[in-house]
Amino acid sequence: MYLRAFLFAGLVCFICQIILDNTKLTPGHITSGATVVGALLSFLGIYDKIVAWAGAGATALISNFGHMLYSAGMAGYEESGILGLFSNLLCSSGIAIISAVVFSFVFTLIFKARD
Amino acid sequence: MNKDEYQKLVKSLSPKEPKLKNALVAFGVGGLVGFIGEVIVRILMESFGLSRVDSCAWLAFILILFASFMTAIGKFDNLVMKAKCGLIIPTTGFAHSIQSAAIDYKKDGLVTGIGANIFKLAGSVILYGIVSAFFLCLIKVAIYG
Repeated sequence: MYLRAFLFAGLVCFICQIILDNTKLTPGHITSGATVVGALLSFLGIYDKIVAWAGAGATALISNFGHMLYSAGMAGYEESGILGLFSNLLCSSGIAIISAVVFSFVFTLIFKARD
Repeated sequence: MNKDEYQKLVKSLSPKEPKLKNALVAFGVGGLVGFIGEVIVRILMESFGLSRVDSCAWLAFILILFASFMTAIGKFDNLVMKAKCGLIIPTTGFAHSIQSAAIDYKKDGLVTGIGANIFKLAGSVILYGIVSAFFLCLIKVAIYG
């Protein structure tokens, strides 16, 4: 599992670096693209298998953000229909968004910007 | 933009960039993040009795805390410059983009600075993540009921 986590995470970063170096895309494009690809793989039922195979190698990547959004949305729909889709979509990925925002805000107040 | 920064920009845009080396560094660093992540998940599962899903959530939390803190004290930018996609693609890149936008615009004030710019870079990830996941959910529902 450790080796597979290393290989999968490394391979995704490797591919993204090649795309970044050989096109005019910015890191913003790459991360957005990886998120959409993660949601798409989740839609196709592949991302769950990747997570089962590579473990944290797959969940530590930004593509997992798309996967979490999609699977939380579907879980919400199964629970309470279209309203559940709206109310649940951000459920599990909220960990990433909220922790990043809260930590960033607190650290920004504490630390000074560098020039 | 001073002369040194301009030189750096020219260098970063010139085709002589060692692409293979960049890609291998990204592979190594990205793989290392995945490997360390797996180690942390195992430790959480075994010593705290958490489920795999909960451990992965804690891992995201830990990675974000780490990246945010390192960015705030100014150590993370250099690492990202060297490792490039190796640190941008993992969740650390998401935290880095929010933290660096927040701290860069701190001087413009709480609302017009931090508030208006905190999602400047990460906004597109959140936007396209939500939009794509939402419509994929709708497609799934439309096809399979």
